[in-house]
Amino acid sequence: MKEIRIHGRGGQGSVTAAELLAVAAFADGRFSQAFPAFGVERRGAPVQAFTRIGDEPIRLRSQIYEPDYVIVQDATILEVVDVAGGIKDEGMILINTEFSPDTFELDTKAKIVTVDATKVALEIIGIPIVNTVLLGAFAGATGEIRPESIENAVKERFPGKVGKKNAEAIQKAYEIIMEAKA
Amino acid sequence: MISTRKIAKEKMKVVEGSYAVAHAVKVCRPNVISAYPITPQTHIVEDLSQFMADGEIPNCEYINVESEFSAISALVGASAAGARTYSATTSQGLELMHEVLFNVSGMRLPMVMTVANRAVSAPINIWNDQQDSISQRDTGWIQMHAEDPQEAADMVAQSYRISEDRDVLLPVMPCMDAFVLSHVYEPLVLLEQDLVEEYLPPFEPEFVLDPKNPRTFGAFADPSIYTEFRYLQAKAMDKALLKIEEAANEFNEVFGRYYGGLIDEYEKEDAEIVIVAMGSIIGTVKDVIDKLRSKGEKVGLLKVRSFRPFPIEAIRKNLKDAKVIVALDKNISMGLNEGALCTEIKACLYNTDINAPVIGFMIGHGGRDVPPSTINYIIDQARNVMSLGITVESQFTDVKEEMI
Repeated sequence: MKEIRIHGRGGQGSVTAAELLAVAAFADGRFSQAFPAFGVERRGAPVQAFTRIGDEPIRLRSQIYEPDYVIVQDATILEVVDVAGGIKDEGMILINTEFSPDTFELDTKAKIVTVDATKVALEIIGIPIVNTVLLGAFAGATGEIRPESIENAVKERFPGKVGKKNAEAIQKAYEIIMEAKA
Repeated sequence: MISTRKIAKEKMKVVEGSYAVAHAVKVCRPNVISAYPITPQTHIVEDLSQFMADGEIPNCEYINVESEFSAISALVGASAAGARTYSATTSQGLELMHEVLFNVSGMRLPMVMTVANRAVSAPINIWNDQQDSISQRDTGWIQMHAEDPQEAADMVAQSYRISEDRDVLLPVMPCMDAFVLSHVYEPLVLLEQDLVEEYLPPFEPEFVLDPKNPRTFGAFADPSIYTEFRYLQAKAMDKALLKIEEAANEFNEVFGRYYGGLIDEYEKEDAEIVIVAMGSIIGTVKDVIDKLRSKGEKVGLLKVRSFRPFPIEAIRKNLKDAKVIVALDKNISMGLNEGALCTEIKACLYNTDINAPVIGFMIGHGGRDVPPSTINYIIDQARNVMSLGITVESQFTDVKEEMI
């Protein structure tokens, strides 16, 4: 089982991202579970959402304390939240930022991967909403889900033009990560 | 029989727990829905409102009301008039209904009302525990607890079967833990309309409120007759024990999913330490048990599915070989200072040959998370009881001493 923790601010779509991840993973033939860190949500306040992905039905219902992966939607959150908290040594932290991984001094052995999701979102979607874009990067960086499955989940959730633009941005982010890896 | 479920991936869809429940209500074809929105029940009634707006629930009226007291009162009239009724609530909303809950049961009106279990005020807290429904245990409602969203949805259909059975005629409160089950997205099977029609016969009440044939429901009963009403209500609860089992078995035949009837068990054979629990904590406990079993530790689980009626005989039979029994409670009876499940387990084992110690742990109040480490800690305590005997009968598990 793989455990994913998503950090963002209220209004950035962290809960939606967790849910889309669960939909995509299930479409890939795996089992999944997504839930928010149940807070009194306020726009702009730090929020968390969680996804579990596994090959068997998932029974565990506690929050995630030792994630395999962490997704950070907004790098300013690093100043107020310990995003690396509990992450496994062999884990990976994906941060939305224009800066390179070595810019970040986090207390962890986990790998840091960065992607300028805001730039991709502005170019393709036209607004700085990065939750879906980051899922494309996540697919590339981890191989846990197929980018097509994320794109389909987004198109189903947001039918029409919005979904299509988001799918394009997901593909772009996936390609950026794959090129960086090559 | 132990729980089994056919995994039919091709039929599953990733949805929110609340949506699964609302969808289950829809396919059960209620005639009257009345509810007042309150976190975290809100998504259930929002989804039902959407179904109504989209014309997906034929022959149904959704009554908007100004409070939970009115919501349940509206359903009293509707059920007496022969309608299949539904509501959903939680916490203070459920407590506001308290007076009317006795009336629904006393009038022997079938009704199904989902409770998204939440803590009670004060201090105000919107998160999960089970104090709200546990505090309604003596209102004469059948009270059942689901361990996951699929069971919570399936329990809606089972609840109508039980509630409308002419040997029962009591309202049913299927309970699901707030947020943990109501707001989780996971793959599950949405109840199929045709299978539900096969499983759940139309509601045909024996007595209805009808101007052409006037009757009185819940009339005055003086001391010469009141006791007999109470006696018959208690008898109906007894009969419900069998009907709950039947509803679960027949559900399994039609849908291929079984979660236990009155109770369920996990890794119980040869178990020395038995955890007794209700609701969403079950899944986490099962994962912990798997880890301990792989190390050869004899730990098992008894899941109480029906809290009212309390399945005394089934529990006695199930616990007869246990060495230590541990009750987990997301509630507290103030003054007794232990959880309700702990009290009931102890009571039902008294006057039997079972002499195993019973200890209680109160956990997860007001949404405090229950990670596997908390369950491991509890099992460590149970091991100590096995060798040293009971030192503390019931305790809070996760109090932050530094804050006291």
